[in-house]
Amino acid sequence: MSGASSSALHRFAVLTACAVLVLIGAGGLVTSHGAGLAVPDWPNTYGYNMFFFPVSAWIGGIFYEHTHRLLGALVGLLTLVLAVWMHGAPARPWLMRGGWVALVLGATVLLLAPARWQDAVVLGGSGLAALIASRFWPRCAPQPTRLRRLGLLALVLVVVQGVLGGLRVVWLKDELGIVHATTAQLFLILMAALALFTSRAWQRFQSGPLAQRLRPLRPWYTWTSALILVQLILGATMRHEHAGLAVPDFPLAYGRLWPATDPESVARYNRQRVETRAYNDITATHIRVHMAHRLMALVVTGAIAAAWWQTRRRLEPGHVLRRVTAFWLLLVCVQFGLGAWTVWSNKAADVATLHVVVGALTFVTGALLAIAAHAPNVRQSAPLPRAVPAAMATAS
Amino acid sequence: MGYMKAKHLGVVVAVATGMALSAVAGEIRGKITLKGTPPANPVVKDLSADPNCSKLVKEAVHVPMYRVGADGGLADVFVTLAGITGKSTGASAPPAVLDQKGCQYVPYVLAIQTKQTLLVKNSDPLLHNVHATPTAPGNKERNEAQLAGGPDLKFSFDAPEKFLRFKCDVHPWMFAYVCVEDHPWFALSSEDGTYVIKDVPPGKYTLEASHRKLGTLKKEIEVTDGVVNVDFVFEVK
Repeated sequence: MSGASSSALHRFAVLTACAVLVLIGAGGLVTSHGAGLAVPDWPNTYGYNMFFFPVSAWIGGIFYEHTHRLLGALVGLLTLVLAVWMHGAPARPWLMRGGWVALVLGATVLLLAPARWQDAVVLGGSGLAALIASRFWPRCAPQPTRLRRLGLLALVLVVVQGVLGGLRVVWLKDELGIVHATTAQLFLILMAALALFTSRAWQRFQSGPLAQRLRPLRPWYTWTSALILVQLILGATMRHEHAGLAVPDFPLAYGRLWPATDPESVARYNRQRVETRAYNDITATHIRVHMAHRLMALVVTGAIAAAWWQTRRRLEPGHVLRRVTAFWLLLVCVQFGLGAWTVWSNKAADVATLHVVVGALTFVTGALLAIAAHAPNVRQSAPLPRAVPAAMATAS
Repeated sequence: MGYMKAKHLGVVVAVATGMALSAVAGEIRGKITLKGTPPANPVVKDLSADPNCSKLVKEAVHVPMYRVGADGGLADVFVTLAGITGKSTGASAPPAVLDQKGCQYVPYVLAIQTKQTLLVKNSDPLLHNVHATPTAPGNKERNEAQLAGGPDLKFSFDAPEKFLRFKCDVHPWMFAYVCVEDHPWFALSSEDGTYVIKDVPPGKYTLEASHRKLGTLKKEIEVTDGVVNVDFVFEVK
């Protein structure tokens, strides 16, 4: 693979990972505005193919839900391009065949169900785009097998994630929303890892001495990242209960260190709530999950501080990973503040969404550090990129 | 000929039974009052999230959590005979109506029987989604689009449930509550806090009065063939 092509692939992977982060933010806006079910149908939008839904109707909760769906489609497209790109020049014939298949499908839909012309246009347009892309497709060599598999895994995951989001809408299951939110975080990690693995810095890192020196830090980065994931799941559970703030004050909780959760107290909390939105009544479980999220925030902050300290001890001053872990610690402190602000602002949508985004950034930072600490000794095991057959390279 | 006689006899017996039952049926009347000052009803601030709504509604919109009359009469209290099941006449009752007007549900609280048809109308020149969110087992959650000028949506529920919420996710400030009862002996208190439950068979009952925010009060009562007066007083705590 040429240097230029390799760095273009890396930049594209970074772009895709950033798009996933934006998508997570858009998802945060959807739940913060209570708009997850503002579009009752899926995969259509109020009966339209989603790409044809008139902009004039993007109002109220529809705006957040519909733009989230469109961004999801964009991320799906970027992931598809990335996965195919990783297969290099050999993917070109497949792209061409896929293009023709989509074109034929579009024509078939138009013939058999003319009323569904919007779907036909989308299919035909995708096919045409694939055919045009195959003309200009990079002639680079495929990425190593592991990377290609990760690219395909990302493709599967983005499809699963889209279907999960859709099923949450049509099945009306809050639990699916929690799975959807958690899968989004895991997908972000995968895309960030792909961006890392396609970088030149990663190749230098793997073949240098640092990978070996990071081994003692493996448990610190790995377990801390696992704790962050648990914290993100707790956060997702709170958001998808659609009950607003289960505990409205901070740092105390209903004026105490630990709030009462007996039925009389919970009934009193519900009576005292001022309702301007259709929130569910809070329950004792909601309060316990909220309090667990607060406790976990302390645990995670402590774990990141410990990981930062361990990194300082093991790496010399000025080392890039010392700066990365310092950034990690800063992120979690900001995140802690945003959590408090979310309560003080009575869960203002923009603050709560920022809390989701910074949470995702905190997780991705930890996960990439853990991946770096687990980097294999590539001097012995890394396969060389497969050479492109000469005939294929000159085919077009 | 014999068949016709038997049919006529059946009708006569049914009418006589009905008259006898209504003759011995009682009535429960009363007034619900609120003691203390409730929190002010919150103002909806994000109406402009849909410019069509802010064009349609010029005055401030309040969420009517507490509707209290000048003399303390409390509206939207669901008064019902507790513990009676399987007596619903909802299947043959006329439909109840929940309207969407001025980007709000009207009325805010409604009461129907199980299996009674609830028609949800859209009188607004804009789209809403109608999202019923029951919690009682046996009642199904539904979420449907309703375009401007679209046909009425029909809902009905199989299980009794107090304050079953309807909401619009396009306009998150829009929500209303429907109380579903498994018999016809219930009422909602009116603007002045009064209520009437008619045609109650004589007997001893537990009468429950439930307000969405203030909870439930209960009284043991005995209904005869006359009028029973039962008042409830809720307190703001």
